[in-house]
Amino acid sequence: MKIAVCLRRVPDTTSKIVIGAGGTAIDEAGLKFVPNPYDEYALEAAIALKDTVAGGETTVIAFGGDSVQETLRTALAMGIDRAIQLQGTPSADGLANAHVLADQLKDGGFDLVLFGKLAVDDYGQQTGAMVAELLGLPCATAITSLEIAAGKATVAREVEGGVEHAGCALPAVFTCDKGLNTPRLPSLKGIMAAKKKPFDIVPVTTPSGKVQIVSLALPPERAAGRIVGEGAAAVPVLLQLLTTEAKVL
Amino acid sequence: MRAMLAILEQRNGTLRKGSAELLAAARRLADQAGTTVDALVCAAGEVAGVDALGAAGADRVLVATATDFSVYCPDGIVATVAAMAPGYRAVLVAATATGKDLAPRLAARLGGSCGMDVTAVDVDGANIRAVRPVYAGKAIQTVTLSGMVVLAVRPGAYAGITAGKAGSRERANVPTYFKRLTVTGIRAPDKASVDVAEARVIVAGGRGLGDPKHFALLEALAEAFGGDAAVGASRAVVDAGWIEHGAQVGQTGKTVAPELYIAVGVSGAIQHLAGMRTSKVIVAINRDKDAPIFKVADYGIVGDLFEVLPALTAAVRAAKAP
Repeated sequence: MKIAVCLRRVPDTTSKIVIGAGGTAIDEAGLKFVPNPYDEYALEAAIALKDTVAGGETTVIAFGGDSVQETLRTALAMGIDRAIQLQGTPSADGLANAHVLADQLKDGGFDLVLFGKLAVDDYGQQTGAMVAELLGLPCATAITSLEIAAGKATVAREVEGGVEHAGCALPAVFTCDKGLNTPRLPSLKGIMAAKKKPFDIVPVTTPSGKVQIVSLALPPERAAGRIVGEGAAAVPVLLQLLTTEAKVL
Repeated sequence: MRAMLAILEQRNGTLRKGSAELLAAARRLADQAGTTVDALVCAAGEVAGVDALGAAGADRVLVATATDFSVYCPDGIVATVAAMAPGYRAVLVAATATGKDLAPRLAARLGGSCGMDVTAVDVDGANIRAVRPVYAGKAIQTVTLSGMVVLAVRPGAYAGITAGKAGSRERANVPTYFKRLTVTGIRAPDKASVDVAEARVIVAGGRGLGDPKHFALLEALAEAFGGDAAVGASRAVVDAGWIEHGAQVGQTGKTVAPELYIAVGVSGAIQHLAGMRTSKVIVAINRDKDAPIFKVADYGIVGDLFEVLPALTAAVRAAKAP
C-alpha cells in the first residue's frame, strides 16, 4: 500500500504570538517550530498501516520554503520512507495550496492520502477535503478511527452529540484528529536512518488565490477579574456575583 | 444581484441547533448587498421547523429530498449545491463538524474561496470580508474572499433574528451523483452527556484534580446546572488518559465560548487559555493564587477544590431548585 502524508510546519502550541511588522503575519523570531500536532496522527497512522501490508511505502510531502526540510526530516526520523518538499510559497487561499498538492499527488499511485484535521497556525481546516475534491477521491475529515481491509476503509469521526461512522473504497483522503492513535517519537536510530532516505525537492508555482489577508491582530484583552475569596467560604459571594452581576445563573 | 445561500443541517428530520444563527449571518450579508437569502435543507423526508425559517430570515426555503440524506451525504449535498451555485454570491454553513467537512468540498467544487470558522462577515465591495480566530484564538485574522465564497460561520457568532416574513417553500433538484463516501450512522455516546462545543456551561478540570476519579466532582457540578452543562478538560489530563479527548479545550482540542466557564484545578497554560478566552464569564478555582488562569478569570476562588467544589455544587443546586 502506498500512503502519502501532507505535513505542515507550525509554531509550537506553547508559543506566545507576537504580530509581525507588516500587521498581516506573526513575528517568527524566537519561535520554536514543530510538525503540526494533528499531522503527527497522520504520520503515525501511515507508519503503522505500512507495517501491516508487505511492500508498502510511505511518503511525506510538505509545501513551503526550505524551513520545512527540518520538519520533513522529523517525519523521516519517525519512520516515513521518503520525503518531498514542494518548494514554493504557500498562499493564504487554501484552494491554491490544494491545487499544488493535488498536482503532486495525482500521478503518485497513492492508496491513501492523509492530512491532519487542521494546522494549529492558520486553522484553515480545508486543504485535505479540497485535495480530495480536486482528485475526485472519497474523503472523511477529522477521523478518530481508521481500519483498512480488502481495499476498503472504515472510519469514525466525532460530530456534535455522537460518533459518525462511514466507509469508502480506496484510494481515499482522510484528515486525522486527536484520538486516532498515539504518535511515536523519533528514535536515535530513526534520526540516523533519516539522513540516508530519499529526499526530493520539487520547485512549484502557486496559482493566484482568492483570499487576501487584510490584517492580523491580537484579541482584545479580557478585563481584569478579581479574586472573590478563599476556600468554601467564598462560594456564597461567587454565587451572588454570578446571579446578579454576571447574570449567568 | 445574486442571493446568499445558507445550507442548514438536519438530523433525523429535525433542524440542528444553530440554523437560525446561520440564517442571521446570511441575512446580514444579503441586506448589505441588497439581495435575498435562500435556505437549503437536504433531507430524506419531512423536516420539522422548516416552516419557521421564513421568520428566521429566509426569503425562500429549498428542500432537497433524497434517501441518502437520512444521514450526512457530502457527495450528494455538494452535487446539489453545485447545480444551484451559479445563482449565488456566497454559500454559508455552520462551522460544526459537518459544516467544516462540507465547506472546503464546496469551495473546491465551485472553484471559489473558503473562509473557515468565521466570527464576523461583511460585504466589502465585490468581495466578502470575514474575521476569523487563528492560532486557536491567540490572534484574529481579517481576510477578504472573492469568487464564489463559502463561509463556515462559527456557532454563536450571530444571534438568531425574527424577520417576520413567511418565506416561500420550493423543492430543490438533486442531480445524479456518485456516492464516494457512505455514512452508516451516528452512534450516541454510551452515557448521555452534553458536547463541550454546544454547552452553555462548561466545568473544566486540570491536573489539580489529582486523580481521574475526581472528575465525578465536576460531573456533579455540571449536573447541578441542569441539562446544558458539559465537563471539559485541559490537555494535560487528556494526554494522561484521565478523560476522553473529546472533552479537551485548547489549541489541540476544542475552542469554546460558553456563557459560563468554570476552570477547576486548571493552571491556565497558554494553549488552554486560547481555547476558552472568549467565554462570556470565566470562574477559576485553584489552590495557587499565582496560577495564570486567574489573569483571564472574571471571578476567582483561591482554595482547595475538594472543599470549594462540593460547596459550589450544593449552592448551585439550591439556586436552581424551583
